[in-house]
Amino acid sequence: MGVLSEELRDQIRAQFPNYPNKRAVVLPALHLVQDAQRHVSIEAVREIAELLELHPSEVHDTMSFYQFFKDEKHKLGKHRVWVCRSISCMLRGGEELLQHMCEKLHVHPGQTSADGKVTMEFAECLGACDGAPCILVDDEAHMNITPEKADELLKSL
Amino acid sequence: MSTFEPTLLARISKTDSQLLETYRRDGGYEGFKKALGMAPVDVINLVKDSGLRGRGGAGFPTGLKWTFLPKDHPGPIYLAINGDESEPATFNNRILMEQDPHQVLEGIAISCYAIKSKKAYIYLRYEYGRSYRALKKAIEECYAAGLFGKNIHGTGFDLDVVLHRGAAAYICGEETGLIESLEGKRAWPRIKPPFPAIEGLFRKPTIVNNIETMACVKQILDRGADWFKSMGVPPDPSNPRDAGSYGPKLYCISGHVNKPGCVELPMGITARQLIDEHGGGVWKGRKAKAVVPGGISMGFLSASELDTPLDFNGPGKVGCLGLGTAAITVIDDHTSMVDVLFNCARFFAHESCGQCTPCREGTAWMHKILARIRMGEGQSRDLDLLTEVASSMGIIPGTTICGLSDGAAWPIKNAIKKFRSEFEEYIQTGRKTVKPSDALMEVH
Ligand SMILES: Cc1cc2nc3c(=O)[nH]c(=O)nc-3n(C[C@H](O)[C@H](O)[C@H](O)COP(=O)(O)O)c2cc1C
Ligand code: SF4
Ligand code: FES
Repeated sequence: MGVLSEELRDQIRAQFPNYPNKRAVVLPALHLVQDAQRHVSIEAVREIAELLELHPSEVHDTMSFYQFFKDEKHKLGKHRVWVCRSISCMLRGGEELLQHMCEKLHVHPGQTSADGKVTMEFAECLGACDGAPCILVDDEAHMNITPEKADELLKSL
Repeated sequence: MSTFEPTLLARISKTDSQLLETYRRDGGYEGFKKALGMAPVDVINLVKDSGLRGRGGAGFPTGLKWTFLPKDHPGPIYLAINGDESEPATFNNRILMEQDPHQVLEGIAISCYAIKSKKAYIYLRYEYGRSYRALKKAIEECYAAGLFGKNIHGTGFDLDVVLHRGAAAYICGEETGLIESLEGKRAWPRIKPPFPAIEGLFRKPTIVNNIETMACVKQILDRGADWFKSMGVPPDPSNPRDAGSYGPKLYCISGHVNKPGCVELPMGITARQLIDEHGGGVWKGRKAKAVVPGGISMGFLSASELDTPLDFNGPGKVGCLGLGTAAITVIDDHTSMVDVLFNCARFFAHESCGQCTPCREGTAWMHKILARIRMGEGQSRDLDLLTEVASSMGIIPGTTICGLSDGAAWPIKNAIKKFRSEFEEYIQTGRKTVKPSDALMEVH
């Protein structure tokens, strides 16, 4: 028994019929593991590789391309909060919002609050520019965010 | 114009617009049924006749693309739907997927039938969690209702639709980057040819189409090619390469306007009309200094170019790269173009996949030079240096694999050409607009 539970392994295996080969399951597998464990450890990479009949370096290569996936040194907190810094949000205060939220949590982007609840990040356009400035909490967009609304949101997490 | 009725967005504000039940009540999946009664080649011809051009940015004629598939291929043939929508300022695909997922799925089903594909993958950017859940549920409803699966409606046609989530990388929107990513690899775009229609996903013939393109296909099946062609702009006789800009289009409006949003209008509306008639005007009673015509990759319209029609042909006439995603961002006259351009350059430096040296190095240098200018340390030769770097990268000069680099270079060349005096003055007066928040984002 490794770091991947039998349940996780089953969830990964359940993806196999969707694709003509197992390599295509790398991204779905990384998502499943990161969702459950808040990071993808090197041991998890090895176990995913074994399940998908790949070399661990192939899984690691894909994982490292997407900065979205985090290794043991950058474990995510309970929630991931991304603040958009791209053009439409920047024009309406997105960068100031990022600064406000980082100060509030005493973190830099990429870091997790001391209570382990929130990992703060900046993001490129979240595709919710009609509600700029906007943020993403995990994968839910929140639009037209003022510093006050941001404080409330952080409190509710 | 006052008679224009939205079709693509007709259902989005209805109650329970996402449900199969309400979709069917509005005549949903009748177009698919109709297609199933036609020969696949006739469906392709119908889409060809409509003049539909892809909505993902490149504007390639959809029906024509479909004919590039090898004839009588034993299969599998794949349809890969591009739901990566990551071009800054663009959000129309999101609205379709979140509010009317069945319209998108019906377009996919029709397209698969036309190109003889039994399997569609929807590559969805991770950030669209609401779209993911809406599509997931809608797909489940389709399987349960026998609209997807084996032997649909007793016709012998099989169809599987798989939702695949990305991992927050802009390059996955480039069609061959998308394919590589779907195959479980880093999203490094492929050298073309071979084009995906010949050798695409899993090395099989593949059509890549955008979400909005799919919604248009559905409407064309319902309403016919003539209906689609009754809207928009015919080909420009002075441009032999222009295939016309037909049909309705989802325009996104964001930035310094009173009412940001997504509106459906016939192709060819101008930026000024979008701002004044649909975006509630420039905010705070100010004036527009510049407008991004279709995502930041396309460059800028200056204040004197706001009457440019936003069809496939218009933005190119005033030096922009093209229509792109038809998403406008309005920049008011209190904003520094140096800050705007820095923001664009930072985006591309962050999102270059790093495979081609001119793009990897060029985007990094353009970002650095603009950062230096914003620190008040710019020199007048920096502007020529920026233009030089920008001119050396891209498919257009022929030094890179994909169009990200052209999109990175264009706003730089455009801004320095159209707003040169503002940049010069900024540098000469030693202005400085760097913000404390910049330090927080230095690492990337
Ligand atoms: C860097 C880059 C990013 C792109 N991003 C997207 C995207 O997010 N969505 C999209 O549909 N097309 C995107 N495209 C265009 C696709 O490569 C492709 O042309 C399109 O998906 C084809 O669909 P269509 O013919 O229906 O427009 C991008 C192109 C480039 C060069
Ligand atoms: S042009 Fe840039 S983004 Fe495109 S393949 Fe080359 S390095 Fe990657
Ligand atoms: S620019 Fe922030 S969501 Fe698009």
